[in-house]
Amino acid sequence: MNRLSWFNTVSLTLGFAFLYIPMVILIIFSFNESKLVTVWAGFSTKWYGELFRDQAFLNAAWVTLKVAVFSSTLATVLGTMAAYVMVRGGRFAGRTLFSGMIYAPLVMPEVITGLSLLLLFIGIGLDRGVFTIVLAHTTFSMCYVSVVVSSRLVTFDRSLEEAALDLGCSPAEAFRLVTLPIIAPAVISGWLLAFTLSLDDLVIASFTAGPSATTLPMKIFSSVRLGVSPKINALSTIMIAIVTVGVITASLITKSSVARQRRAEQEAARAS
Amino acid sequence: MQSSTFEPWNDPEATPLIRFWNVTKKFGDFTAIHDLSLEIFEREFFALLGPSGCGKTTMMRMLAGFEEPTRGTIELAGQDIAHVPPNKRAVNMMFQSYALFPHLTVWDNIAFGLRRDRKPKDEIAARVEEMLKLTRLEKFARRKPDQISGGQRQRVALARSLAKAPKLLLLDEPLGALDAKLRQDTQFELMDIQEKTGTTFVIVTHDQEEAMTVASRIAVMDEGRLMQVDTPDRIYEEPGSVYVADFIGDVNIIEGRATPQGEGSYRIDWAEGQPPLTARSERRLAAGQTCYLAIRPEKVAITADRPADAANAIQGKVHDIAYLGNLSTYHVRLADGQIIKAQTSNRRRIARRQFTWEDTVWLSWTATAGVLLEN
Repeated sequence: MNRLSWFNTVSLTLGFAFLYIPMVILIIFSFNESKLVTVWAGFSTKWYGELFRDQAFLNAAWVTLKVAVFSSTLATVLGTMAAYVMVRGGRFAGRTLFSGMIYAPLVMPEVITGLSLLLLFIGIGLDRGVFTIVLAHTTFSMCYVSVVVSSRLVTFDRSLEEAALDLGCSPAEAFRLVTLPIIAPAVISGWLLAFTLSLDDLVIASFTAGPSATTLPMKIFSSVRLGVSPKINALSTIMIAIVTVGVITASLITKSSVARQRRAEQEAARAS
Repeated sequence: MQSSTFEPWNDPEATPLIRFWNVTKKFGDFTAIHDLSLEIFEREFFALLGPSGCGKTTMMRMLAGFEEPTRGTIELAGQDIAHVPPNKRAVNMMFQSYALFPHLTVWDNIAFGLRRDRKPKDEIAARVEEMLKLTRLEKFARRKPDQISGGQRQRVALARSLAKAPKLLLLDEPLGALDAKLRQDTQFELMDIQEKTGTTFVIVTHDQEEAMTVASRIAVMDEGRLMQVDTPDRIYEEPGSVYVADFIGDVNIIEGRATPQGEGSYRIDWAEGQPPLTARSERRLAAGQTCYLAIRPEKVAITADRPADAANAIQGKVHDIAYLGNLSTYHVRLADGQIIKAQTSNRRRIARRQFTWEDTVWLSWTATAGVLLEN
């Protein structure tokens, strides 16, 4: 390990402080005894208890989880299909236009996406609720999935699929037995990405939710307007914990598969 | 090795396993294969040889079913397969990149095709074991493809493509990724396996030595056309065109004008101030016709004095010597600047070499040593 120079140490500290001090403060105050958010009055976990007794928050959490699971699953299926066609479809007419349009929602302001979806749902007379949020989240998160999956497919050796066909697979079997298992890590990380995007979306959910369905970010936002309760801090800490665990798990999976491959290659080199 | 009597292509009774009938393949405006007809027989080890872009890979991909011909038909055992998808034909392919499934073990890779046929479990197991034994991979059955060496991967690819006992096995540059020494061993192993299994092999390669070693017949291709289809020795000794002569091995091409002397013998006037050459040929050439004498360097003798009884002898100066260890190639410059190559095997140590740079030497060859070509 190299020792960092004082300049690098300072810039590193400042950078991380800038990023993480707000979150650290939030976590610390979630364990505050006091009702006042900014005054420390000793350690306590009572706000966590309060949180789990608050039915409105629990309902919102349940809605958020349902929306995130359904929309990310749907987005993964659609996004993977779109990526497959874009990478494997060859040069069909309008391919460039299509691939450009798939990525457009990435840069589209959320307000516009939300508004246009709201107009659509009103136009076709769809009652707003969990279902419309799922549709809306699928719409914007599938393009993220398709970006992740298509970047994997580009480096995928096409002859693997041809070999599967050659050995007697129908095109659908070749996809299921060969392509999908190999691109699975990209599909899973696409799903995780869609899941987290759905989990913390406020703007689009606000446009497309009905009175019957409130997501957690919406609930937090509306209750903060009535004053920040330490319960919100507790809730935010739990969400930070979930996201942190998810990110670390994903990176550990990637890292260990890379390490396994490297070990295997060394072993092969020794064996030959 | 193929036995010397294995020559179904000379047997008018034999029906070919594969038949290309006037096949044309176009990719947009580009014509990859021009109206090509070809027959390949059962148990043959057939090589498609040519420079890159000559259409040999397209031919193979049409046999495998990954490309459909634009015109013409392809028959396999009497059936038109031109538009049959790859998973519905009794043809298997060994890919250049091997295309081993990285998420499956060696065992499962080999079993993959058998499982698609819904064969009973014990039958699959028996077949996989048989394949592992044939390719000497028993020890590696439980490993993943990235846990074995390049040579072992090549054998897994071979075992996997042979497992379904196809009527026809296609090999796309199968040894391209191996180093030179391993490649030689593997060539003989391939021939051995081909003979043991009795499968018809079609190999695509740009390596002429590889084609010469393994194949019963070679098709030399250029720009989507067949230049010549023949046994390796005839391709080498009796090339049908200057292109084939030049593509296979090293050759001297001497351009000249032919004058028939009767009994298949021709006089060739080829350069001012040089005595005419004599060559025998089955071909009928008109008097004064432009012709090309193709002669292999190893058939040209190099001597210090003019050989008394040589049909052809020319004098020149040693311009360059390529020392290859077992062989030496002398580049001899003639009076008119033309370079003729002569090859000798180094049966004596290099210190005893007879000739050196700028020595005046005589090159000589017999009347039948060269091949007289029209184009």
